[in-house]
Amino acid sequence: MSAKTTILTLPKEELVHPGNRACTGCGLSIAYRIGLKALGPDTILVVPPSCLTVLQGLFPVASTKLPCLNVTFASTAAAATGVLEALKAQGRTYIKVVGWAGDGGTSDIGIQALSGAAERGDDFLFICYDNEGYMNTGVQRSGTTPQGAITTNTPFKGKQQRKKDVPAIMAAHGIDYVATASSAYPLDLYDKIKKALSIEGTKYIHIHTPCPPGWGFDTRYTVKIGRLAIETGYFDLYEVDHGEFRLTGASGKLLEKRPLTPVIEYLKTQSRFKVMTEEQVADIQEQIDAKWAGFSRAI
Amino acid sequence: MGTRDYRYKTSHSLSGPGDGGRTGSWRVQRPIIDLERCTPVKRGSEACFICWLYCPDAVISRTIPPTIDYEYCKGCAICAEECPTKAITMVDETERPEEVDTPDTCSFEGPRPCT
Amino acid sequence: MHVIENGNVAAALGVKLAGVQVIAAYPITPQTPLTEKLSEFIEAGEMKAEYIPVESEHSALAACIAASSTGARAFTATSANGLLYMHEQVHWAAGARLPIVMCVVNRAVGAPWNIWNDHQDSISQRDTGWIQMYACDHQQIIDSVLKAFAIAETVSIPVMVCYDGYLLSHTYMPFEVPEEKQVKRFLRPFKPHYALDPQNPANLNTVTLPDVRMDVEGEMAHGYMEFRYLLQEDLRQTLTIAQEIEDRFTQIFGRGGNALLEPHRCNDADYIVVGLGSLTYQLRDVVETLRSEGLKVGVLGIRMYRPFPDEAAVEVLRRARGVFVIEKALSYGYEGALSSDIKAALYGCRGDGADAAGGLPGDRTDVTQRGGPCVDGPFVRGLIAGIGGRDIRTADLTDTLRTAITGALDDPGWIGLKI
Repeated sequence: MSAKTTILTLPKEELVHPGNRACTGCGLSIAYRIGLKALGPDTILVVPPSCLTVLQGLFPVASTKLPCLNVTFASTAAAATGVLEALKAQGRTYIKVVGWAGDGGTSDIGIQALSGAAERGDDFLFICYDNEGYMNTGVQRSGTTPQGAITTNTPFKGKQQRKKDVPAIMAAHGIDYVATASSAYPLDLYDKIKKALSIEGTKYIHIHTPCPPGWGFDTRYTVKIGRLAIETGYFDLYEVDHGEFRLTGASGKLLEKRPLTPVIEYLKTQSRFKVMTEEQVADIQEQIDAKWAGFSRAI
Repeated sequence: MGTRDYRYKTSHSLSGPGDGGRTGSWRVQRPIIDLERCTPVKRGSEACFICWLYCPDAVISRTIPPTIDYEYCKGCAICAEECPTKAITMVDETERPEEVDTPDTCSFEGPRPCT
Repeated sequence: MHVIENGNVAAALGVKLAGVQVIAAYPITPQTPLTEKLSEFIEAGEMKAEYIPVESEHSALAACIAASSTGARAFTATSANGLLYMHEQVHWAAGARLPIVMCVVNRAVGAPWNIWNDHQDSISQRDTGWIQMYACDHQQIIDSVLKAFAIAETVSIPVMVCYDGYLLSHTYMPFEVPEEKQVKRFLRPFKPHYALDPQNPANLNTVTLPDVRMDVEGEMAHGYMEFRYLLQEDLRQTLTIAQEIEDRFTQIFGRGGNALLEPHRCNDADYIVVGLGSLTYQLRDVVETLRSEGLKVGVLGIRMYRPFPDEAAVEVLRRARGVFVIEKALSYGYEGALSSDIKAALYGCRGDGADAAGGLPGDRTDVTQRGGPCVDGPFVRGLIAGIGGRDIRTADLTDTLRTAITGALDDPGWIGLKI
């Protein structure tokens, strides 16, 4: 891989307009803004209903400078394939195709089409921004909502089930590039998108994007909380590059710098975790420790 | 009512700023940069720009000194939180009524259309 | 070229001749031989198109919507529950004004499972904003596919070409395969009004507000309601445009004639039977039998069901004494949808009796003064037949119509019911 991008080498051109409808302090906004820099202008986006639909603008104004096809909730990956095949038929293959969906549009209603496209190996990048719930419809639980989190349809006890591991599901398809990223580490995200675009076939990047209104924290902490998720080992930055797993960036450094920050430091920053019992927190900590023991063994 | 061209038969949006209106009006506090503590200003060369990197709304310029577009800045305070030299502080909008700029800009919602 | 092939192959040959660029499809009986044939054409190098073997019908139409939005000529085909699984995409394609063509090989819908022919699948998609054409034989299938692309791309509205599962899809009939040179004269390469393009970026199908709103160039843009009004306006206009395209087709190929209706012996008919698809050709035999008994009967096949050719249908029907609508579908809890449409169309017309009596002033052709009951016009009876592939015996049809003409049937009456 080429040299790592730094703030000073990050492209200056902005492909998203200010004054858009994203909430104040939106983690997706950071990931989207930096992500578009990595994608560059020769890109066609495919977007299902999500916070991103709102961010990208209501008719007749687009907050994005890229061409975009808004599609039905379940169909992002199938539509990306449709764009791709049309470009192929027209000889416009220099254009990149990118599906960009939320966690509901990826892990729940969109997973069938995504799995189909990945099995076919269709040459596009699918980006999931994971704010861990149906935030655009008012904070309902999704497959990727973590255990213990209060949502509007897990209102008192919090979600009882574990977070669905979508990157692992995608890696199990045997596609050549799967990566995770975080809006708290935009340069890492930038480099992963660039790398993904250099690889043929289906690529998948899963971005952890903290959500102030959905998770219950002050807008100023969007980056800080994203960083804490990594430092506590709650969410990990990694790549599965042609089948090879590798912790990257801040998560890679944690392998040497352990012990990890206790997960309670992350959980206590957000009101969605306020009903978790000590046992539940201990259970989460155990899950993280077991996962990280596996990482260490893998080295 | 528009024309009957194809573009006017489909939801076909063209790119432009301010879809959400002047989102600066969402702000409760405004970020103020203390240039004496701002790294690129102090060094007189390109450096840091962490505020520019993390700004969700692309309203901080990557310039020396960095400037903030208050017309659209939503006031999230991520820049203030992340600035390594604590050069950015959040000030209540109500404490600065005389300085609230109201540029004569167009709007997609209001009486003055964008042309 | 004259060939003897089944209806699915007729459709596939039409798709090949139409120069389709992107095909996305999912297997479902009785559509499968059509898409199998297309796969063969493509793998053998006889057809240059991208074939996407999607994992569901929902994705099939999603891929076609995306391909069409990117400026490619796109095609899919399905049946029954496959069509129902597409349902939100069916609406989406029309709302996005994409000239996709889809063959619907008509089959009954579950539950319970049934793979045989009726029209419940496509009729249930009546209100999606698509144009619906119904073919009666293999020649009409292949010709309709070509006409469908011409119509769709002229009015920017998707078209379903519907034909009966098994009765047409799996039976062999002789038909003429149009010459490629002639097809090129009839159907020009697809020139989209807009194709997704980084050089000319647009965000398509964004959330659209209830009211109008200023665009970035300072012009007032439509609200959702205006878009929907324009879809309706263009669908009504399609009745005229489809006939113009039909005329052009007839000039080039020497076949066809009426894009909307196919009347058979209706001019002097006292009683007219109305229907969709292959049934209307079967009814021609019934007409001969009944006419030999002295009953003056005709058949009116509806070739284009949406937009509904109400004025043209009324012009054929209004002089009759009675109209029998035989349908392979039902709006459960009421009657067949086509019966309702025919009754609504006849509402306010003037029948032959009124003309003869000189009862009303005005031009005889001015038949659609809505707002009142039909003056001396025909009665309308709905009949249900062939649900879930129940065999429609010509003798049963003949007996039922003979009885119905005497007025002794329930409305809707069920033909061939054994309960």
